[in-house]
Amino acid sequence: MLSFILRRLVQAVLVLLVVGMGAFSLFQYVGDPVSNMLGQDATLAQRDRLRDELGLDKPAPVQFAHFVGHALVGDFGLSLRQGREVSALIAERLPATLELSAVSAALAVALGIPLGVYAALRRRHWDAKLTMAVSLLGVSLPTFLIGIVLIEVFSVLLGWFPSFGRGATVQLGAWTTGLLTADGWRHVALPALTLAVYQLTLVMRLVRAEMLEALRSDYVKFARARGLPDRVVNFGHALRNTLVPVLTISGLQLGSLIAFSVITETVFAWPGMGSLFIQAVQFPDVPVMAAYLCLIALVFVLINLAVDLLYVVVDPRLRVHGTPGEGRR
Amino acid sequence: MRQRTPSTGAVVSAPPAAAGPVSLWRRSDLWLAFTHSPLALLAAFVALACLGGALFAPWLAPHDPFDLAKLDLADSHLPPAWLADGRAAYLLGTDDQGRDILSALLYGARISLMVGLGAVTLSVLVGVSTGLVAGFVGGAADAVLMRLCDVMLSFPPILIALLVDGVGRQLFPHARDLLAFAVLILALSFTDWVRYARTVRGSTLVERHKEYVQAARLVGVSRGRLLRRHVLPNVLGPVLVLATIQVGQAIVAEATLSFLGVGVPPTNPSLGTLIRIGNDFLYAGEWWITVFPGVALVLIAMSVNLLGDWLRDALNPRLR
Repeated sequence: MLSFILRRLVQAVLVLLVVGMGAFSLFQYVGDPVSNMLGQDATLAQRDRLRDELGLDKPAPVQFAHFVGHALVGDFGLSLRQGREVSALIAERLPATLELSAVSAALAVALGIPLGVYAALRRRHWDAKLTMAVSLLGVSLPTFLIGIVLIEVFSVLLGWFPSFGRGATVQLGAWTTGLLTADGWRHVALPALTLAVYQLTLVMRLVRAEMLEALRSDYVKFARARGLPDRVVNFGHALRNTLVPVLTISGLQLGSLIAFSVITETVFAWPGMGSLFIQAVQFPDVPVMAAYLCLIALVFVLINLAVDLLYVVVDPRLRVHGTPGEGRR
Repeated sequence: MRQRTPSTGAVVSAPPAAAGPVSLWRRSDLWLAFTHSPLALLAAFVALACLGGALFAPWLAPHDPFDLAKLDLADSHLPPAWLADGRAAYLLGTDDQGRDILSALLYGARISLMVGLGAVTLSVLVGVSTGLVAGFVGGAADAVLMRLCDVMLSFPPILIALLVDGVGRQLFPHARDLLAFAVLILALSFTDWVRYARTVRGSTLVERHKEYVQAARLVGVSRGRLLRRHVLPNVLGPVLVLATIQVGQAIVAEATLSFLGVGVPPTNPSLGTLIRIGNDFLYAGEWWITVFPGVALVLIAMSVNLLGDWLRDALNPRLR
């Protein structure tokens, strides 16, 4: 048990180190920050001074150790494009992305579970079949296209929702929130829906599959045989047992919501980390790219770790054998 | 309904002598299931139509969207032919530079399909061979490889593709088109091969203990030949399903990258590029510039996904 947790922790640290190395190697290969910052006309002396200031004249292993040491305390240096602290830039953009992801995750679960239950309970009816067919469309549609269609329909044609930005925000200490104003909610509606569509179809299909499985099980048959009303059997017995895998998968998907927000944020000009990253890739602004990469890796590693540990808590068999990774896949 | 013998699945009424490969295929379970599934037929028809349109774009397209000399700015911003200001020469309208949308779309689909198929081919080649070797050899190499797969699968592919493509473009800033395409295909398959490697490794682990492998070994078949001629054909089923689905995914991923402005070079617009260009004109009410490429993209992705879904179900004996 303890050795399992330790092993997972070591693995998590290893993954982070590998990603850190990847992020660090970006600095070695992408562009020349000195000529980017000073332009074509700088003198050699100016170049050397900046190179020295940025620590670019030291050997690579020293630079990597330096990089890891600073990354541990969240210091990724200055943005090449804006000349500001990367950590400050990210701290500024983080609330926007997290709020967008949270709203769409809530939307996906709140709509996906009822739809999935409906599709499972009425599986032989045409309306449930239609729902499933439409959900396949949701899986096939690229995120950016969903965004464009929503903008065309709800902003251009109907004029109900705005199509870019966060709207009015409120400052709560270091956190800027858009969720305390009506204008903020109107702005988050379309991006959140866009981001939620894929997760929604995923949750819905999963709930349906798990429900169908549960409805065939012995305990549901027994509950019916006892003469319990349909409502109790369907929701009290069947649905309840489907929720554990559904919530696990939804939790695992949180990371990809944050990652997919890159696309959604670009379509809706949402001032979050994703659009910061895209701008960094196009510029190229290596410190921002590296910081974003490390941050995303940290989020994914933490989520995976949390799920692994939760499995140990939930499934007593794993406490004996101690290799949940094998059984899960 | 024709009678089929349960043991072989062959049709009894057919003459047994004339059994060339084609007629064998016609009598296979897969073909029978295919011709009896209207959805699969429809999906295959749409996919083939898109493929045909893309392949024969130079002959089908009414205009050449890349010939700058033939573009006329007076013809720009024209709506589709059936609307008030539309012209018959431009069936689906024109964009801001006077390019015919239908022609640009056919050429764009050609590029999208090329990149998508290229990425999947590369992933299959790398993934299947790595999976075969890892599953057959085992040991430390296998362990390292599977750890690597775990790490790669825990990141969203689109993010990695974005990064690889971004880095690749910076490494070769003045890359000519061919190199830009190579970087893009590499970026798209950078994480994709892992799925094939994993699947093939799993089935190879099962296959290598089977009697036919032992028998081939006893006869003295070399390792390479054993893998290629004996194990490989038996592990390709799931790969086929995966590859079909991944073609759709790769096309969508390419469109996404191009939409974000980091995909194909602007001189060779793919469907994603066309959608990005058209996106700027949505507010001006010129919906056709972005809607038609969008519809084409959805049609391709949907039909390929449907085919993949159907293939998975048809090849899964438990669902019969």
